[in-house]
Amino acid sequence: MTTARTPRPVIQVSGIRKTYGATVAVDEVSFEVNDGEIFGLIGPNGAGKTTTMECVEGIRKPDRGTISVLGLDPFGQVYKLQDRIGVQLQQAQLQKRIKVWETVDLWASLYKKNSADAERLLDQLGLADKRDAWFMNLSGGQKQRLFIALALINDPEVVFLDELTTGLDPQARRAIWELVRGIRERGKTVFLTTHLMEEAERLCDRVAIIERGRIIDIDTPQRLVDRHCPERIVVLATSDPAAEERFRAIPRIDSVVRSDLQFTIRGQGDDLVTEVIHCLSESRIRVTDFRMIVPNLEDVFLKLTGHSIRD
Amino acid sequence: MLRGLWKLTWIEIKVFMREPLGAFGTVGFPVLVFLVIGRVAGRNLPAPSLATSSFLRVSLPVLAALLIAVSSVISLITIISIYREGGILKRLRATPLRPRTILTAHVIVKLALTAATLALMVLAGKRYYPIGMHVRWLGFTIALLISTLSVLSIGFLIASIVPTARFAQPIGAAILYPMIAVSGLFTPINSMPPVVRAVARVLPMTYAVSLLEGIWKGDAWPAHLVDVAALATVFFACTALSAKVFRWE
Repeated sequence: MTTARTPRPVIQVSGIRKTYGATVAVDEVSFEVNDGEIFGLIGPNGAGKTTTMECVEGIRKPDRGTISVLGLDPFGQVYKLQDRIGVQLQQAQLQKRIKVWETVDLWASLYKKNSADAERLLDQLGLADKRDAWFMNLSGGQKQRLFIALALINDPEVVFLDELTTGLDPQARRAIWELVRGIRERGKTVFLTTHLMEEAERLCDRVAIIERGRIIDIDTPQRLVDRHCPERIVVLATSDPAAEERFRAIPRIDSVVRSDLQFTIRGQGDDLVTEVIHCLSESRIRVTDFRMIVPNLEDVFLKLTGHSIRD
Repeated sequence: MLRGLWKLTWIEIKVFMREPLGAFGTVGFPVLVFLVIGRVAGRNLPAPSLATSSFLRVSLPVLAALLIAVSSVISLITIISIYREGGILKRLRATPLRPRTILTAHVIVKLALTAATLALMVLAGKRYYPIGMHVRWLGFTIALLISTLSVLSIGFLIASIVPTARFAQPIGAAILYPMIAVSGLFTPINSMPPVVRAVARVLPMTYAVSLLEGIWKGDAWPAHLVDVAALATVFFACTALSAKVFRWE
């Protein structure tokens, strides 16, 4: 979002379809991921996020459609591609009794390019004091950080992160988000999947909403909200008897609902809040409570699919 | 292109040695069976007949060697199914590692383990076995490694059909141990019922027993070319088939 340069796609997906038996996991999925952005594929569990991502990573072959990553065909040139990308898989495990340093050392030996310094990477990810620990004895957050280290070990051009923070506590989650922002700052492209709308909102420059194997819309989180959920709501409380009449006079509002001392004012667009504040100050209405309810990606999802992402 | 093979192999050896029961279950158990049965059989018969002495001299060492091979193979089946279930195989595949490199590393680990266990058996046998161990053991080691490789290729097929890691060990055991029973080690192939005989003829264990017994007794290799050819055929057939049916996740 901060860049003004013309977007250059590093991932191009066009009309892919993947079925497992009679189940259509992914259908007619097309999107592009631009150089240097964090792109999120968001949707509920089972929507086709992982299948799509694994096709792009070259570990699954779509039945139809074309994919290009860094100019390569992911399935046909999978080893060439693997050398240039970093991958974190959903719910992956390692050998129970492999040590942290052995894992990093093994991974470092697998790639041609190896400019990322393994020890420094462990240090940056807060794993330096765990380098001799067995994988099975790491906490969930430590395991995820190790998988991030493995995804970064070859100094990749594109990093794939599949459900990165699932199962982590909020604190560990925030720490991981910081790491992902750091990846972008080093000029890498990040392609991630998540079913957490907050994660998508805080991390992603652009998101694609996927539902039942199909992409419904793609844009920045802000523009998706503006496009699909322009409603704004102001909730306030006042004992001023003249208030209700004044609120109804605000231009372009949809409704004013009163419940005892509390008013719920609905309208369209960002101007609503300004108009309400203007009205309060002009009429010198004293309020004891003032809240805005601003829609987010979760509401967008609900609006587009008719059900909550948590269902 | 086998980049990463030696590092991966060495890590797999270390990881295996860290298993609490890994080393004993695979290395110690066959040696223990060999020594205990040897002592019991040696003690109960103060004047060994020709039959017992042939049992102590040939059959028991060959049985112990086969147990070594089979426990290596069962260990392979178990590890592969655990790795598949845990997504470890998939994680290793999402790197420039070639699939065959990942599997070759496991084969090397199991062959090394087999050789090490055999060495331990020979060493322990020289000291504690009632009739001692007098064998050309370089030849015998090679014979055992050929046999193990052949059975390992069946192990990969079994690892492909095992539904979950929980069933890996019992299914592996249920397939492999009966193969020993009809291998001709206990009953000569020719005195078996025709149906069993036909089954025995297509199982690699039968040729492994023939090869191991022969080499143990001092036969020259040319006398066992048929056995080696049969074991090689099984290896190439199962490897080709595994390449088609092996499941990575």
